[in-house]
Amino acid sequence: MDVQPPPLDPAATMESQQTLSAEIAAIHQQHRDAVAAGETPETQPRRNFPPYRSSLLRHPTKSLHHADPETIELVSPAFGERDVHPLEADLTIQHDGEPIGERIVVAGRVLDGDGRPVRNQLVEVWQANAAGRYVHKRDQHPAPIDPNFTGVGRVITGDDGEYRFTTIKPAPYPWKNHHNAWRPAHIHFSLFGTEFTQRIVTQMYFPGDPLFDLDPIYQSITDQRARDRLVAVYDHSLTSHEWATGYRWDIVLTGGDRTWTEDDAEAEEH
Amino acid sequence: MSSHHESTRAADDQLVPTPGQTVGPFFGYALPYAQDGELLAPGHPRSIRLYGTVTDGAGQTLPDAMIEIWQPDEHGRVPRETGSLVRDGYTFTGFGRTGVDDAGRYTFTTVDPGATEPGKAPFIAVAVFARGLMNHLHTRVYLPEDAAALAADPLLSSLEPDRRETLIGVREPDGALRFDIRLQGEGETVFLAFPHHHDPDDAASPGQSPHGRAGTGDAGAQ
Repeated sequence: MDVQPPPLDPAATMESQQTLSAEIAAIHQQHRDAVAAGETPETQPRRNFPPYRSSLLRHPTKSLHHADPETIELVSPAFGERDVHPLEADLTIQHDGEPIGERIVVAGRVLDGDGRPVRNQLVEVWQANAAGRYVHKRDQHPAPIDPNFTGVGRVITGDDGEYRFTTIKPAPYPWKNHHNAWRPAHIHFSLFGTEFTQRIVTQMYFPGDPLFDLDPIYQSITDQRARDRLVAVYDHSLTSHEWATGYRWDIVLTGGDRTWTEDDAEAEEH
Repeated sequence: MSSHHESTRAADDQLVPTPGQTVGPFFGYALPYAQDGELLAPGHPRSIRLYGTVTDGAGQTLPDAMIEIWQPDEHGRVPRETGSLVRDGYTFTGFGRTGVDDAGRYTFTTVDPGATEPGKAPFIAVAVFARGLMNHLHTRVYLPEDAAALAADPLLSSLEPDRRETLIGVREPDGALRFDIRLQGEGETVFLAFPHHHDPDDAASPGQSPHGRAGTGDAGAQ
């Protein structure tokens, strides 16, 4: 009997999670071997991480060039109350009605490498809604848009480097890296330090997410301890009675080795 | 502090920094803001256009990159004024941000930065973000005019001539400054690593400690 194969489902021709997971495991094993041989564990993601297919043509192939930061790079743009309204820290009150989903508080401190609080600096967040859908026009995931949730917030850090957002817990969502690819639930964070060199854009994750092991973006950080630094902890002291659950996430910025001067102390006063 | 950070102080007693992650595809409704790329109003007599494309290793323009600039004013003064996110039309804050357009081009309206000290080569600090770029990149765009200052610049003089050229803007007849950013391949832009930035991509091979490599150039290309 001459059985024809069924017409190919385009999605089925894409690479499987199994293929991707094997690639990730091989890279992580190489890293473990290197650490066992005395190398320093990596603390940042790899830009050249082939399981994240979009990185293939978008990572530099030459090593970064070591430079001493100069003048403008040793300070950061100044942000303040002209830039950000206090209500922008609450992502649940930007529309006429209440957004659908699990109301949460995400709070923490922003510190430099010496453990000093990063004061009066800008923190921006954006995220999917409780159905895993972004407002962005390029997001075509067939999940509902919530007319009461945009998913964008900003805050200026306080004197102790603290920030606090009220929002809705985002859901995982599918993406096109490979067949049946799903991102763990996350909130995008963008931060400035006291130096422009400390600029960071990253993603905060939620504890215990079952998608962690499968995600090429999260796993582009090859060291488990480094990956753990992107995971918030549930903090019952941030949870409020009959209102919202709380998650704590502290952020440490890179660098920040500029000598602290009188001018800085003075600038802090303004 | 969460225990994640306390338990992992590096040998130099610095807290271990939080890892970066890609800006992803959906920043476009969140990070851009009104007049984000207009450090000065377009048409202002002091203004110049700073523009360019962002391309990948196949020479294709990226439609989903975001560029930030941070610079002194035309007198070399480092701005300390707030108001970058809500432009008042008068205050030069020195910071701008813009997404590329669908053709992969970014455009800022700004001023030529002045020298922060006599004889210093003026430059604009640049940060590059994109879907597919797992962690942002720092670079600089130098003004092309002051040849003596460029020759004396510590960063530029540590680079091979062809690499050095990638950091110098091209002045166009109308005064615009063009600065194309090539993430990979032919004419790849020089991207920077700063001290205390423990970045796997700045080591000669994955996993190698980047400590103490300042000034060694890019001999260790992967």
